[in-house]
Amino acid sequence: MALRKNIYLDYAATTPLDPRVLDAMQSYFSADFGNPSSVHAYGQRAEAALEEARQRVADLLNAQPEEIVFTSGGTESDNLALRGAALAARQQRGAVHLLISPVEHDAVTKTARQLAEQFGFTLELLPVDESGVVLPAEVDRRLRPETALVSIILGNNEIGTINPIPEIAAICRARGVPLHSDAVQSAAYLPLDVAQLGIDLLSIGAHKFYGPKGVGLLYVRRGTKLLPNQTGGSHEANLRAGTPNVAYIVGMAKAFELAQSELTQRTCQLRKLRDRLIPAVLAAIPDAQLTGHPELRLANHASFVFKGVDGNALLMLLDDAGFACSSGSACKTGDPEPSEVLLALGLPPQWALGSLRVTLGMQTTNQDVDAFLTALPHLVDHARSLELA
Amino acid sequence: MSKGKVVVAMSGGVDSSVAAALLQQQGYDVTGMMLRLWSEPGREASNRCCTPQAMSIARRVAGQLGIPFYAVNAQESFRNIVVQYFLEGYANGGTPNPCLACNRQIRWEFLLERALALGANFMATGHYARLVRTAGEPVRLFEAVDGNKDQSYVLHVLNQKKLQHALFPLGALTKPEVRQIASDLDLPAATSKESQDLCFLAGQDYRDFLRRHQLRVERPGSILDRAGKQLGEHSGLVNYTIGQRKGLGLAASQPLYVLAKDQARNALIVGFKDVLGSCELLTEPINWLAGNSPAEQFDAQVKIRYSARKTGARVTPRADGRAHVLFHEPLRDITPGQAAVIYLDGEVLGGGLIAAENGAPAEFPSVLTSEPIQAL
Repeated sequence: MALRKNIYLDYAATTPLDPRVLDAMQSYFSADFGNPSSVHAYGQRAEAALEEARQRVADLLNAQPEEIVFTSGGTESDNLALRGAALAARQQRGAVHLLISPVEHDAVTKTARQLAEQFGFTLELLPVDESGVVLPAEVDRRLRPETALVSIILGNNEIGTINPIPEIAAICRARGVPLHSDAVQSAAYLPLDVAQLGIDLLSIGAHKFYGPKGVGLLYVRRGTKLLPNQTGGSHEANLRAGTPNVAYIVGMAKAFELAQSELTQRTCQLRKLRDRLIPAVLAAIPDAQLTGHPELRLANHASFVFKGVDGNALLMLLDDAGFACSSGSACKTGDPEPSEVLLALGLPPQWALGSLRVTLGMQTTNQDVDAFLTALPHLVDHARSLELA
Repeated sequence: MSKGKVVVAMSGGVDSSVAAALLQQQGYDVTGMMLRLWSEPGREASNRCCTPQAMSIARRVAGQLGIPFYAVNAQESFRNIVVQYFLEGYANGGTPNPCLACNRQIRWEFLLERALALGANFMATGHYARLVRTAGEPVRLFEAVDGNKDQSYVLHVLNQKKLQHALFPLGALTKPEVRQIASDLDLPAATSKESQDLCFLAGQDYRDFLRRHQLRVERPGSILDRAGKQLGEHSGLVNYTIGQRKGLGLAASQPLYVLAKDQARNALIVGFKDVLGSCELLTEPINWLAGNSPAEQFDAQVKIRYSARKTGARVTPRADGRAHVLFHEPLRDITPGQAAVIYLDGEVLGGGLIAAENGAPAEFPSVLTSEPIQAL
């Protein structure tokens, strides 16, 4: 499909593959194609690459290699963390209470709901403040002896807010309850030191940091009990059966290494662009609000609501004008339901329906931001003037 | 040089896909939009118009043509306007045609507004009908070349404002030609065969749907003859079709037919075959496509339902906007709630819903319907 003159401002949805990552992956599609489980030389080379990748990402996370489980992406990691830890906690200590924030990604929310609706768990949602921040004291208040797992997103996909995971982790640790955090949106923008975060389970997906789609990992602190979701061979320490996708795992390790080593440089540049974009949008457009926290937010992330705007119509107008943005989460079906995350912030529906997420990345230039800032006010005006039924 | 921007209302079906491809070939800047219409919760996968499968086919067609594609959610409007119209129509004793409401208020209003908002000059559909444009004159709507596929009947609900923006690229083609084009272009198409059921019924009997959505749909009452004599009991007017013969539970010297449903008395009126059929009807206010009503009565052809043939008639416009239609021969399937569409030499002049009364001095409307309504 021939793309038109587009400016891509949707890096939270996905990112293009870094050519350096593609280079690192190439040989594992053909020359080094072996199955890491095989005894022979082909297998040995594949296994070496796999374990080298594991060591690399473990180092970057300040973790041990045996604490890394490779998966097919952030969603699988979230599923394994939630379902795996919940079922294990019930088996081991009869724990049936799940505590999650109301601003989780669907991969967490829907897994938790399934555990509640189909598997007899009790699901409790934490409150958040108007910026979408989970307050540690609220976690403390709601933890129970029978709490199986707490799951709180690190950097939010829709509103960019960063949660105080270290404080929350300390509370959970003191009560002996494992804490999972979805760090899929954060891996490109925050240093991820699992010791500093104090986390027990952490999910990452490679395509958010210029790696390939279809590969991710779950960090599992030693001693955290999980039941596998996918059974079969004894891959990934019996936690995730299936021949490892070596080329993609190598690509993820390379991409994660680049993301973390170039983190300061990348985020500084992104923050500069973002901090020009946000006030300019708020100044140029009446009845506009920033969603999420003004400071504690991902460096590339700007998200707004515009009163009286149909968010889907605005996205179409933007796309037609050559700007690729999102309303919050990647959804193409034109669902008019306001986002649960935005409603959890206390926004009324006539605001929440007019959401726009602008996420910047390595290829975003000053000129791109200028062009966007020139176009947006007219397009919002236009969207408002539609008076659509 | 682009001939202008056009939004094609896509459905994943072969007609709208070919419409998009043809307009692109003709030099238009084409964008695809697909309506997501309402389904009963849990029955989305069987909605005839917009299953996830149809959506994915439409997306693949757009991808193959290299055109932008957007899904537009009209579920709430569709529920509030079209489904409500359908329910109220039956509640009021008519046989409503929700496809007319959908074409008027969803496809050619809700979607057209969005197309124009995107900067489109035109909106196109895969309907089989033709338009004739002459500078300085109203746009005129004609039947399609393919008489078997002609869909001009449902388009009588448009007006000049909408027709100005409308394109029907399939009007001069036959269905086999359209299939051939799709095959030549290797366009993906749905494998399921075409259905004429109403999209939101998702293959169910409309009476089951009505039962679920209207509690008081089945009120037993009397079966009367035309003189008002009670012949028996009916189980609820909604369970009967005008013209129905079987299942009345009545014994008589000759077969009895349902002639009418009298909502006021909750009575089913029956009679012998010789009183079936009527030579005239009265419409609700007519939508004249040219924008104004002819002053005098005139001879024309009138089509009283989507699948009916046109019948010669004398049409008399009335001061209140309605029209009286006097047919040259009696018709057995004049059904209140369906539209009477007026044609002259293949051109659609206008149309309006058939009123419950027929404008004649007779004591009862003498009408008969055939099958349940069909989707268009």
